[in-house]
Amino acid sequence: MELLELTALELSAKIRVGELTVREALDAAYRAIELEEPRIHAFVSLCKEQAYAEALSVQERIDAGEELSPLAGVPIAVKDNICTKGVRTTCGSRMLEGFTPTYNAHVVDLLEQAGLVVIGKTNMDEFAMGSTTETSALADTRNPVDAERVPGGSSGGSAAAVAAGEVWLALGSDTGGSIRQPSAFCGVTGLKPTYGSVSRYGLVAYASSLDQIGPIGKNAADCAALYAILRGKDQRDASNMEAEPLDIAAVEGYRLTGKKIGMPREFFGEGLQADVAARVQEAAEKLAGLGAEMEEFDLPVAKYAVPAYYIIACAEACSNLSRYDGIKYGFSAPESEDLRSAYVNSRSQGFGMEVKRRIMLGNFVLSSGYYDSYYKKALQVKRLVQDAFTRAFEKYDMVLGPVYPTTALKRGEGLSDPLKLYLGDIYTVMVNLAGLPAIALPCGADADGLPVGLQLIGKPFDEGSLLGAGRVYQRKAQEN
Amino acid sequence: MQYEIVIGLEVHTELATASKIFCGCTTKFGGEPNTHVCEVCSGMPGVLPVLNQQVAAFAVRTGLATNCAITQYNKFDRKNYFYPDLPKAYQISQLYLPICREGWVQISGKKVRIHEIHMEEDAGKLIHDPYDDVTLVDYNRCGVPLLEIVSEPDLRSAKETIEYLEKLRAILQYTGVSDCKMQEGSFRADINLSVRPIGQAEFGTRTEMKNMNSFKAIARAIESESKRQIALIESGGIVTQETRRWDDNKGKSFAMRTKEDAHDYKYFPEPDLPPIAISDEEIESARAALPELPDAKKARYIQEFGLPEYDTEIITRSVELTRLFEEASAVCGAPKDTANWMMTEVLRLMSDAGTLPEDLAFDFVSLGKVIALVSSGKINRGTGKKVFAKVFAENVEPESYVKENNLALVTDTAAIRAELEAVVAANEKSAAAYKGGKEQAFQYLIGQGMKALRGKASVNMVTELLHELVGA
Repeated sequence: MELLELTALELSAKIRVGELTVREALDAAYRAIELEEPRIHAFVSLCKEQAYAEALSVQERIDAGEELSPLAGVPIAVKDNICTKGVRTTCGSRMLEGFTPTYNAHVVDLLEQAGLVVIGKTNMDEFAMGSTTETSALADTRNPVDAERVPGGSSGGSAAAVAAGEVWLALGSDTGGSIRQPSAFCGVTGLKPTYGSVSRYGLVAYASSLDQIGPIGKNAADCAALYAILRGKDQRDASNMEAEPLDIAAVEGYRLTGKKIGMPREFFGEGLQADVAARVQEAAEKLAGLGAEMEEFDLPVAKYAVPAYYIIACAEACSNLSRYDGIKYGFSAPESEDLRSAYVNSRSQGFGMEVKRRIMLGNFVLSSGYYDSYYKKALQVKRLVQDAFTRAFEKYDMVLGPVYPTTALKRGEGLSDPLKLYLGDIYTVMVNLAGLPAIALPCGADADGLPVGLQLIGKPFDEGSLLGAGRVYQRKAQEN
Repeated sequence: MQYEIVIGLEVHTELATASKIFCGCTTKFGGEPNTHVCEVCSGMPGVLPVLNQQVAAFAVRTGLATNCAITQYNKFDRKNYFYPDLPKAYQISQLYLPICREGWVQISGKKVRIHEIHMEEDAGKLIHDPYDDVTLVDYNRCGVPLLEIVSEPDLRSAKETIEYLEKLRAILQYTGVSDCKMQEGSFRADINLSVRPIGQAEFGTRTEMKNMNSFKAIARAIESESKRQIALIESGGIVTQETRRWDDNKGKSFAMRTKEDAHDYKYFPEPDLPPIAISDEEIESARAALPELPDAKKARYIQEFGLPEYDTEIITRSVELTRLFEEASAVCGAPKDTANWMMTEVLRLMSDAGTLPEDLAFDFVSLGKVIALVSSGKINRGTGKKVFAKVFAENVEPESYVKENNLALVTDTAAIRAELEAVVAANEKSAAAYKGGKEQAFQYLIGQGMKALRGKASVNMVTELLHELVGA
């Protein structure tokens, strides 16, 4: 039996009844990694020693009859911008290539409590800036479906690792689409939770008001089980909010009958690849067939979303990344003459091109004289996006669209035209600006066999409906 | 031409919270370098700030005590700049919506307007080691909560400036929000100073002198900088807007950086901290809980106890001195005596020993006990002063100290009479001279009597008994 073909929930069930040991699950993952990594390069670090020690302790807890979680014993990959105590956390950057945190991110503590075992850290666009994982300074991750294509980004390593069958589950982070877009490119399921529903403590900040950690898995059920563990109040994150726990029974029993789903006309306009449009329309029809009522509506603010997103994200990023100065930790340029040259050299050599581009953009929009015309305007657009979705959700239970205008890009294609790449974020960034939850679900393939992603956007803290709809949709797809 | 000096101050005061503003580390002064730090205040990747609610409560209290309006919806902003003492490369502060605005502090004859009070975090300290030619960073102070109290340019002299600072410090100490230990840097001021010909409406160009932490240095810096600006203008020059560093040893200031190379701090709203909402109820309950403030206390001391204005001015300038006054006078029941003792003995001993009010280390009720011992005739005033000196230096308990050292007055009339009879017998000439009309001879006899009694008898009683013994 090929263990990696099981879902995470099935694997944990076997472990918890004693059919399998945690160690056997771990062995299987590391064997798959050994097999696939030469082609995929999804990981930047593996932490075998810690993982086997942790597996032993989880096994003991299970054997002692402790009720851990429905995912107890499942190995998991963690994006490399989520701090792991004693395991280096690089953010895909030369700047943090040698940085090992002395603390865990809150979500990593939650994983440990729930009995999951972290097996390694996945590759990503440098500091989560990018949508191809090509801006990483550490590894060149490939799309498992077609190794000449990118896995998407910035959580490309996490999506590729799940898609390649190296691991059952992964954590990603999503600031403007960084969970959903690689999930779509690789053909897996990814959830971007409501802003404030999962603690950001220990997530290395890119854009603090937009960043959110979420699950990537084989299907919506696995993602629901993982999200149920992640969701909750953490006193160390002031932007984190009290919320009802995820009701797994409601997710499992979810019905689309009587639900209204809105489709913004702006999500199906110019620039959308024809067969992506077709697959998403077919998915919409399937949902209609399952009882949902579909309706088109106008979302005119969409055209301002990408510029507003990049202004806000870059402004916060330039401030967040200022702490990497070569003084305290991380990369420090050798042979600097004085303080200023130590700063300049360390940052010039430690950061890659895309990060520098965004730092400069951020500094520009925050500069005295420009603040009002850029940053302040962008905040106003953010408000308009929030208002537009609030109005939409007065009518609809969910909003549906594609994740990305195209399927997985060829390697190098995105890097050559950064502006075009930014514009590709059109369907994902509004979700972050409005702080909403959204799920990416695989919905078929294009003519080249590349996966297409369907996006469902929900009301704040209503991940239950998105995961429920995903469950219904994927059950139906399995029947066919 | 006659010139007017115009001064506005930015005062930074470290708050007396147990833990730092955004993490649980201690705010204790000192400690081995980098021992009061965690991943949050040292700016490690991925960490987040959480506001210590006591900081906002202290800010509100300070605002109310300085007649400010409280901003009921206020926010934090990031001030971005690179420096090794600032591990995040930004300081969390308040620019757009500070927690307090538009207040005032009363000094003699005028109200000094407060522009705003905002909350922020302190930075670390750089220690330059000239021997190894290295600079080391100590993050212990990083994240200690600060209030920045910004005045309007309402001050016109060094004297007014010091009076304002003393009043402000007293308010902060009375309300318990800060210990204001200037030598530890927990109360420091940036001085914005300009001059203009008297009668001119527009302000002159100002300079700024940062981080001044002694009243004497501030007074000297104001005198020196105003003279420099006036001389510059008189000689046809113009004042440049710049930051200057005051060197108190050299007694002059030096240009550090001009406006042209001033920082663009690229302030923007701090995304990691939600806005702070303060309700009417919270404000009113903070207002109700305010302690009696310096001006009110001073007025009450004058009215209730009939103390001289000068004494109350001195005593109410320090919350410790008001505590000493109130605790001591409660014990002896004699507020005027207590004030007298404070103005003479306490202040003298403090100035001799160089003790600051906040460093007074004796039991405050002991002063009251000493006063009670004197006024009840148990000891005379001279002994009282000696006993209090012991209290001041060693915190002895006055009553047991008097007993153990046998300092109480002898009240046994027969015993005293016997001693005095011996004195008269030994000084027959003096006794005779007195009888013959020589007044000084009697004073001599009193002196000899007190000496024989080793000072432990009341002078009145000795005088009375000597009159009986030598007649007239």
